[in-house]
Amino acid sequence: MKRTFPCLLLLAAVGTAVPLAAQERAQVFRGATLLPIASGPIQNGVLVVQGGKIVAVGGPETAVPADAQVHDVTGRVIMPGLVDTHSHIGGGDGGDQSSPMHPAVRILDTIDPRNPGIRRARAGGVTTANVMPGSGLLMSGQTAYLKLRDTHSIDGLLFCSDPVRDVCGGLKMANGTNPRGSAPQPGTRARAAAIVRDRFVKAREYRAKVSAARGDASKLPARDLEMETLAEVLDGKRVVHFHTHRADDVLTAMRLAEEFGFRMVLQHVSEAHRVADRIAQARVPASIIILDSPGGKLETAGFSNVNGAALERMGVAVAFHTDDGITDSRFFLRSAGMGVRYGMSREKALEALTLAPARMLDLEDRIGSLERGKDADFIVLTGDPLSVYTHVEQTWVEGSKLFDRADPEQRKLAVGGYGAYRGGAMHAHHGEEGHE
Amino acid sequence: MSRLAPLAALLGVALSAPSLAAQLAVRGETVHTVSGAPIRDGVVLVRGGKIERVGPASQVAIPAGYRVLEAKVVTPGLVDAHSVVGLAGALNQPHDQDQLDRTDAVQPELRAVDAYNANDELVEWLRVHGVTTVHTGHGPGALASGQTMVVKTRGDDVGEALVDSATMVAFTLGRSVASNYRTPGSRARGVSMLRTEFLKAREYERKVKAGGQARDLKLEALVEVLNGRRPALFTVQQAPEILAALRLAKEFGFRLVLDGAAESYLVVDEIRAAGVPVILHPTMVRTGGETENATLETAKLLRDAGIPVALQSGFEGYVPKTRVVLFEAAIAAANGMGMEGALRTVTLDAARAIGMERRVGSLEAGKDADLVLFDGDPFEYTSHVCAVVIEGQVVSEVCR
Repeated sequence: MKRTFPCLLLLAAVGTAVPLAAQERAQVFRGATLLPIASGPIQNGVLVVQGGKIVAVGGPETAVPADAQVHDVTGRVIMPGLVDTHSHIGGGDGGDQSSPMHPAVRILDTIDPRNPGIRRARAGGVTTANVMPGSGLLMSGQTAYLKLRDTHSIDGLLFCSDPVRDVCGGLKMANGTNPRGSAPQPGTRARAAAIVRDRFVKAREYRAKVSAARGDASKLPARDLEMETLAEVLDGKRVVHFHTHRADDVLTAMRLAEEFGFRMVLQHVSEAHRVADRIAQARVPASIIILDSPGGKLETAGFSNVNGAALERMGVAVAFHTDDGITDSRFFLRSAGMGVRYGMSREKALEALTLAPARMLDLEDRIGSLERGKDADFIVLTGDPLSVYTHVEQTWVEGSKLFDRADPEQRKLAVGGYGAYRGGAMHAHHGEEGHE
Repeated sequence: MSRLAPLAALLGVALSAPSLAAQLAVRGETVHTVSGAPIRDGVVLVRGGKIERVGPASQVAIPAGYRVLEAKVVTPGLVDAHSVVGLAGALNQPHDQDQLDRTDAVQPELRAVDAYNANDELVEWLRVHGVTTVHTGHGPGALASGQTMVVKTRGDDVGEALVDSATMVAFTLGRSVASNYRTPGSRARGVSMLRTEFLKAREYERKVKAGGQARDLKLEALVEVLNGRRPALFTVQQAPEILAALRLAKEFGFRLVLDGAAESYLVVDEIRAAGVPVILHPTMVRTGGETENATLETAKLLRDAGIPVALQSGFEGYVPKTRVVLFEAAIAAANGMGMEGALRTVTLDAARAIGMERRVGSLEAGKDADLVLFDGDPFEYTSHVCAVVIEGQVVSEVCR
């Protein structure tokens, strides 16, 4: 996804619903403790945003435009908008049981931007989410990297500018027990790996033909949507998000990635603490979840909340995810506090909510830290992000305030209430036969 | 647990001699007795599994020979007012799920003691996170799923864990019942079936008194509810079900405890008028289906209305397989209850909700010596449970 969008800057203006005039006047947030993530905390800081972008981050002496609108945020903490590497908000779906592999299926064709789950995630401070189809198939479809703007069209949520031509997300894959089933689904782990290898071998051949044609239309192979997607994966333009739990399954995912040279984010990685050294060796990033207890399914029996600390110790890039609705986006910030409880450093725990996931989505040039030139996505907190007593007070996306706890109706998105999430904020919970 | 000592020695189980020491002094920078104001620099003396004395260090001298434990914060052992842990195992496989029998929607005769696995991983998980007393047993999902009991999170079998073998009978009204059973197939039918069963139980009791009536375990269990020997625990999430449970309790005169009660904040007047306590769903309950309208502030709304409220870990069908009341109370603390108010919902008020307040729930002389030692505010994510004491025995000493 990296540097494949010449039109990104254009989109920033198109995507938000805020009148351009409101964006032209600079907004200054003065007096808060800034946690830029890319650098150390700034006390009594000044954050200046304009045109949906961050134009300055600094101490009290930072120069601000004369006509700027000033927000006094003394006593508050401001950090980048949270980036969730694995979410199921928005009511979308993915592939079906007709095949184990659905590389041509796009979740973006099914997402409802009006789904209250998106508003609720903003109430939890989430501003970017990798929204994925499920793990009941080896390859359930293309994921969508969404900026949680206030919009009624899927185009307005995307980072990419053209959902037909661009790479607008990653590719969801899974191994272990969830994708197993009766034919055409694989019945064993080895069969699952063979199906995946066979398809990538074919994708290599397809890509070789495309490359040999050197743009000559008469020599190009017939278009094949599935092969085109897999070619993007082989070219490193599309990242694989690989759902995997058990240590041996983690190693299998890495074996496949190495054989075909695809870029991958390990997702869940429940037994990461057992193979952290191997993950480090392979230089693969890991997206993990915090859970309040172990268990729930056999292949996660070895789950541990020390995963974050074990990976950090080995130098692996770590991000948190909600897997909403396995955990609720409103509690995403909690992941960092709990990560520290179980041994992570404060710095890496906060990075795991922001810059680390931004890198995993190839979006670090746009989001994930408070830096000049990046999107003005940030959250205003009532206190330390690691404290249970801290609330998300405001969520800003590209310079627009899209959640404000002071507004009673929006407050309901954070605390719940009668009808607060009517219309499916909760993606259908998977229940006992779950596939997450 | 002293009964366990010879066996433990035999099996080489790592119950070290110091952890069995009967005399213990726990000193905390802050000691939350819950029954009274927090004590700065407090001491809790423990002897024979019971709390001997509680007070400020300036007034309570630590006698010679007492093992001393120190902590930033000391609280009573946490009480989980309703769980299925021990019956619904961690692995979530058919062989370890015993919280609900799906052959019949009315089975109040099922005893929790007959299905409790003291060695399940989740029991230990609760223990190391400070939960020392659990009201557990048959789960929600049936009109009457069976009985509940109270255990301590220790011991290798139910006998060693047991505090009370038959505490309540678990009932459920609402959509979940119809999804688990063919009959009842609707919510209204469920209520009518329960009324019919209670009428049968009354008739049965009359015949038993008259003599010559053959025993019927199911009706016996309902008679015990009708007689007030044990409360009926009604899992009811939505307002119509809450009102239906109140209506049933009024019609048949049984002691009612409301459970789950996601929409209780909509009917506080009715609940208060009935004088019924609420064992509220986990604060972080998923807001879908019957709990769609749950709020993080319900504990506060009930407390402010004068309704007794306790928190529970509830039932989880998937991941995570159990919740932990320490973490649930933390979110309640941040949403209107405050630190001390939230602590009550998982200590003294939870003990009251399950009728165990004479033994557990606060740090008072004569009560069970169940304590939790923290290295900071108990509810802060970054704090740890660093030691757990159950009836004078140190059962966990690793910070988590």
